[in-house]
Amino acid sequence: MNSPPTRLVLLVATRKGAWLFHGDSQRDAWTVDGPHFLGHNISHVQHDPRDGRTLLAAAKTGHLGPTVFRSTDLGRTWKEARQPPAFAKPTNGLPARSVDHTFWLTPGHAGERDSWYAGTSPQGLFRSEDGGVTWAPLPAVNDDTQFREWMGTVQDGTPDGPKLHSIIVDPRDPAHLYFGMSGGGVHESRDAGRSWTTLIDGMEVVGGFDPATVTFHDPHCVRLCPGNPDRLYQQNHCGIYRLDRPGTTWQRIGRGMPAEVGDIGFPMVLHPRDPDTAWVFPMDGTDVWPRTSPDGRPAAYVTRDAGKTWKRLDDGLPRQQAWWTLKRQAMTVDTLPAPALYLGTTSGELWIGHDGGARWVNIARDLPEIYAVEVAALA
Amino acid sequence: MKVLVPGALRCYTGGLQVQADGDTLDALFGDLERRYPGLRFRVVDEQGQLRPNMRLFVNGRGVRDLGHVLQPDDFVAVVLALSGG
Repeated sequence: MNSPPTRLVLLVATRKGAWLFHGDSQRDAWTVDGPHFLGHNISHVQHDPRDGRTLLAAAKTGHLGPTVFRSTDLGRTWKEARQPPAFAKPTNGLPARSVDHTFWLTPGHAGERDSWYAGTSPQGLFRSEDGGVTWAPLPAVNDDTQFREWMGTVQDGTPDGPKLHSIIVDPRDPAHLYFGMSGGGVHESRDAGRSWTTLIDGMEVVGGFDPATVTFHDPHCVRLCPGNPDRLYQQNHCGIYRLDRPGTTWQRIGRGMPAEVGDIGFPMVLHPRDPDTAWVFPMDGTDVWPRTSPDGRPAAYVTRDAGKTWKRLDDGLPRQQAWWTLKRQAMTVDTLPAPALYLGTTSGELWIGHDGGARWVNIARDLPEIYAVEVAALA
Repeated sequence: MKVLVPGALRCYTGGLQVQADGDTLDALFGDLERRYPGLRFRVVDEQGQLRPNMRLFVNGRGVRDLGHVLQPDDFVAVVLALSGG
């Protein structure tokens, strides 16, 4: 008996709202649903794979404070969180902080229904145990004097604020967590966030700075292999890395990228089953950091041997004078037998890369600046 | 007292002018939160500070101190400051 075809929906978060794109079974035709929250800065929209129907959206506007919206009917209706992520009153003599925006959303472990994690700007880690209705801060990160030193101030982060991102839950163990901070390194907990160890060995920092200083480390995106949870990949401010656990030293695997392209970028995307296959989308990280596609010629690169070699994938993408790039959450992959990639550009274009990025086709143009793209598979 | 809210908050209040009570601006926002759950956090952050780009006027005079004492017949306006882009 054949299983029913999987329907895909793309969750597109932008600077001016969110859009959903429902795909057909061939991933050729897409039906747009949106805008949702027109005028809101939507940092991330995530789907709950545990119930197949819940969406969370991280939102704020130019004036109004940050919040989280929740839908239990795939975006037909939305309700605001009763208690969005918010820092506690200051302790340990540390300065008071206020959440500017929730930046990252991660569903909790498959066995912990209704648990979610959120990362904020400035850097904070939050957990919900009721499907995103109420959120509690994790004090071992948010109010720890060492972490706060590594986080620095809001002056020390990315142009739109320092961020806690790449929250990862080990599919084998709900207490085993990772996250990254821009800046502030990569961190691991084996006790559900009560204590943390730092994972920065092997990661490089900007020339002239001491790599032993955690605050100088800027992981842009960290992912754990669905096909091998003992393997992580990372796109960093200073290169592409792989870490095979129980090892604790990152290996720089971006050295094999073409010299004229380099191994700087934001997204890191992993194959849903093959732990040797990963994709990146390089950007220009030379001199003043233009943060555009290198030479105005955007392309994904794929490795199928865990980072030993890389292959350019640009068939269908603009060949010249295309100066857009991707944010760290704006590239993803589906889980179908022949996975397709999806990317959303800073210029508001949405693309699909059929056959693992071998053939790129535009889905939408003229959207606002895209912050994040996720793909949800619906039964 | 009468409170004028900006259009961006109408999804909470349903209208641009509402009634609420409070001896101070902080207490007023407490009452607004009771009447319109979620409104306060969009205007006042978790440390009790008025958010950037939000302005408050009491009888036409700009005020940022949420401890500002109010009279029952005051008119409070919540205004979105210029924040383009």
